[in-house]
Amino acid sequence: MAPTTYTLTIPSSTRFLKEVRRFVAVHAAEAGLDEMRVAQLTMAVDEACTNVIEHAYEGAAEQPIEIAVIAGRKELTIRIRDHGRTFDQRAYREPDLADYAKKRKSGGLGVHIMHKLMDEVAYRSTGRYNECRLVTYLP
Amino acid sequence: MSNFSVGFRSSGPVQILDLQGELDAHTAADLEAAIQKCQKENNVHIVVNGAELMYISSAGLGVFMAHIEEVRDGGGDIKIAALQPKVFNVFDLLGFPMLFDIVDSEEAAVSRFEASSAD
Repeated sequence: MAPTTYTLTIPSSTRFLKEVRRFVAVHAAEAGLDEMRVAQLTMAVDEACTNVIEHAYEGAAEQPIEIAVIAGRKELTIRIRDHGRTFDQRAYREPDLADYAKKRKSGGLGVHIMHKLMDEVAYRSTGRYNECRLVTYLP
Repeated sequence: MSNFSVGFRSSGPVQILDLQGELDAHTAADLEAAIQKCQKENNVHIVVNGAELMYISSAGLGVFMAHIEEVRDGGGDIKIAALQPKVFNVFDLLGFPMLFDIVDSEEAAVSRFEASSAD
C-alpha cells in the first residue's frame, strides 16, 4: 500500500508554529503513536520549522514552508521544505548544557532536540529547495 | 491572540511566575520579559509554576538557560515546579534536572528557598 501523505504550507512566521503542531499531532495520533511520542514528534517538527524561519529565511516572513506528514507502514516521516538559504545542519554535536548556561547561550538547542527525539534526522538541498526529514518508527 | 501568558504572584520574598499555554519561538519573548522584570526589581528568588504550561520548545528552554547563571550570581535561583508529565519529559530528556532545581510542587519550591535562607 502506498504511503498516505498530508500536506500543510505556512508562511515563515513563528505565529504559525502552533498550527504546525496541531497538524502534525492530529496525523501522528492517527498513525498510532501514543501521547508521548506525538508530543516528541510535534516538538521536533516545531524545532525544524523554527530553524527554517530563523536561519533559512533569516526572519523574513511570508516565505513558504511546506510540511508533509507521510504515513508509511513502518514509519512516520515528516518532510519540511523551504526555498531559503542553505545552512549546514549536518555537523551536529551534542551540546554541553552547563557550558551553554555559563555562556548565557540560548540558541542551538533545537537541532539537539531533533536528534534526541527522532529515530532519523536527514537533510538535503537540491538547488530548488532545502529539505529536512524527520522519521519516527511506528510501534 | 497569544496562546501564552505569564502571571505574577508573591509568596513572601519569593516571586512566583504562573506560566499558562504554549511556550515556543513566538511566545518565548513574553517569558524573557517576565524574568527580566523580576531581575530589574531585584526579585531573584523565582519559582516558575508550570502547572498550566501545555508545551515548551527549545526557544522557551533557552530563556531559562540564558538567565539562570545571572540570577544565581545575584544570589537567587529559578526553581521550576509542578510541570505536567509530558513537559517534564522534555526537560528530563535534555538533561535539565542537572542544571535546574525541578520540583513537584510550588510549595516545595518555595520551601527550598526558605530552607536555603535559613542556612
